[in-house]
Amino acid sequence: MSLETVATTSAAPVTAPRNAPPKMQGEKVCVFYGAKQALFDVDLKIEQFSVTSLIGPSGCGKSTFLRSLNRMNDTIDGCRVSGKITLDKDDIYDPSIDVVELRARVGMVFQKPNPFPKSIYENVAYGPRIHGIARNKTDMDEIVHSSLRRAGLWNEVKDRLNEPGTGLSGGQQQRLCIARAIATRPEVLLMDEPCSALDPIATAVIEELIDELRENFTIVIVTHSMQQAARVSQKTAFFHLGKLIEEGKTEDIFTNPRNKQTQDYITGRIG
Amino acid sequence: MTDAALPHSAVEADAPARRDFGLKRRHAAERRFRLYGIVAIFIGLGFLAILLVSIVSKGYTAFVQTAITVPVEFSADIIDKDNERATNPRVLVSANYPVVARNAVAKALGVSPDDKAAMREVAKFVSDGNRATLRQIVMEDPSVIGTTRDVTLLAAADIDSANKGQIDLAVPQDKRKVSDRQIAWLDQLKAEGAISTPFNWGLLTFGASSRPETSGLGVALAGSLYMMAIVLLCALPIGVAASIYLEEFAKKDRFTDFIEVNINNLAAVPSIVFGLLGLAVFINFFGLPRSAPIVGGLVLTLMTLPTIIIATRAALRSVPPSIRTAALGVGASKMQMVFDHVLPLATPGILTGTIIGLARALGETAPLLLIGMVAFVADAPTSPLSPATALPVQIYMWSNEAERAFVERTSGAIIVLLAFLAIMNIAAILLRRHFERRW
Repeated sequence: MSLETVATTSAAPVTAPRNAPPKMQGEKVCVFYGAKQALFDVDLKIEQFSVTSLIGPSGCGKSTFLRSLNRMNDTIDGCRVSGKITLDKDDIYDPSIDVVELRARVGMVFQKPNPFPKSIYENVAYGPRIHGIARNKTDMDEIVHSSLRRAGLWNEVKDRLNEPGTGLSGGQQQRLCIARAIATRPEVLLMDEPCSALDPIATAVIEELIDELRENFTIVIVTHSMQQAARVSQKTAFFHLGKLIEEGKTEDIFTNPRNKQTQDYITGRIG
Repeated sequence: MTDAALPHSAVEADAPARRDFGLKRRHAAERRFRLYGIVAIFIGLGFLAILLVSIVSKGYTAFVQTAITVPVEFSADIIDKDNERATNPRVLVSANYPVVARNAVAKALGVSPDDKAAMREVAKFVSDGNRATLRQIVMEDPSVIGTTRDVTLLAAADIDSANKGQIDLAVPQDKRKVSDRQIAWLDQLKAEGAISTPFNWGLLTFGASSRPETSGLGVALAGSLYMMAIVLLCALPIGVAASIYLEEFAKKDRFTDFIEVNINNLAAVPSIVFGLLGLAVFINFFGLPRSAPIVGGLVLTLMTLPTIIIATRAALRSVPPSIRTAALGVGASKMQMVFDHVLPLATPGILTGTIIGLARALGETAPLLLIGMVAFVADAPTSPLSPATALPVQIYMWSNEAERAFVERTSGAIIVLLAFLAIMNIAAILLRRHFERRW
């Protein structure tokens, strides 16, 4: 495998070191589905209050890496993770870490909008309720209100909070899912191709939203669209065949990739 | 795709022969298949119609019962000849009420008490079951003794059959159960307006009896009701809990595969085997009483469990995985995921499966025969531990009786059973609609 040698030589971080410690960090992360290895020794730092985008062709392991950041991989039978992933220096795969608490701190938005078949209000209120964030009804109303407002959905749904969330349009549903994710006040927000099921207008709305959310959240986004990665992220990591090929500042990756494979991918020759 | 690659000029030069896609053949095949389907549906509906028509036409008469309203003289000479009712209340219990009834009808018909042969026929004209009716009147108000009042008496089963036109009068008198004289009396009373055919509440309230006119489904209904309650209370929680564990919590390995195969096998086990199991385990080992609804309920629970488990697992599996990941994604624990999101969505399927399982249990006969629920039980069970029968078993027992009045009762009981099954299936449909309409 010649790719392997390329990967190991180019895996060094490209970004200039920052003063702040990374919010999350993966060290030598390997993920196995049964006997098949899906990720090979990924080292990646995720900076606080910035957007990190993971790009690469289908099946390259970018979603797998994303899902290992809040242990959603645990739900897949036969999935095994080795290496170390930290959140504020805590190893999230340590037995002392409760996965429920981890997922409250690391929220997730999925590829397909998946609102609960409950009311819009209940969709947003569910997370805060199970985590005991709201003390009373007023608190809860406030959380729902502010979450919907930050997700840019408030004006569209304020008169029909008791209608089912599944009755909204695709783009609105996805923003509802974002509101639901930020209602639990996570520190990190993972987004798995959040716009792949949406039209360009809804996509633009969500991209704008991501840019605003960056002020308060650390965001990791998986995307198939290189334009989207270039538009929304400060840092980009390119995955190929389960390996992290190159990572660095987004403008560097797109204007001056150091690796041949990265260049081929962003110019559309592979992928 | 290949069409597009054809040279364009060739199409314009001369209109090519239309390609043969075999459309005629394909459409003919489709029409034939539709026809088969329609024929199959009509055959099915036809048999259903034949079944229903034959049952209803035989059984609807069981819901009315011939009664004779005559002035009854509560003669002190018959009821309490030694005038000791003040000191010995047993006298009123054991008094010869059938004679009171016979004399009343004889008087209404103008039959002389000295005509012994006629009086015997009059005695057969009214039901022996009037004993209970008259006794109740006297027990409630002993002052009625010595007076005369109008009482509605049950006609005997054969007279009831004659009144409903079920006795073939062309047969010679000595070969049928109703004599010409009794037919004449019946006509005479009809002309006087003394004969009525009220709704036969007795069919739904009486227990077992050797006289058709006083036998009913009361005990069987109570027994079936107790058993359904026991099945619902036991099978639903156990079945749903087992399904949730297997579907959402258990690791998928060889052991759970083994359990799954065995649950599917259990669903296919003949019900009589469950009866034997119940006999061996609940009656012989645990020493529960024979003929009791509790044993029947437990046996039917065992029989219904696999059905409920299979239906519940299918319902849980049909909940989209995106709901599960959404719940886990906001940090719900697995149990919160199941009880807040998955289970509410699976409820319609679970309810439908449960009610269909219950309906199957309601119609089950074979296992109940083995645990002794095929018995002559005259008194309604006061608890699930006292003897009772069940609706299908009562049908089975009545179908073995020869009398014409039991034939119509058999069909009447089948109508009652079918009505309960229909109610349960409609309930299943309504419940499913109700829960699905929420979103």
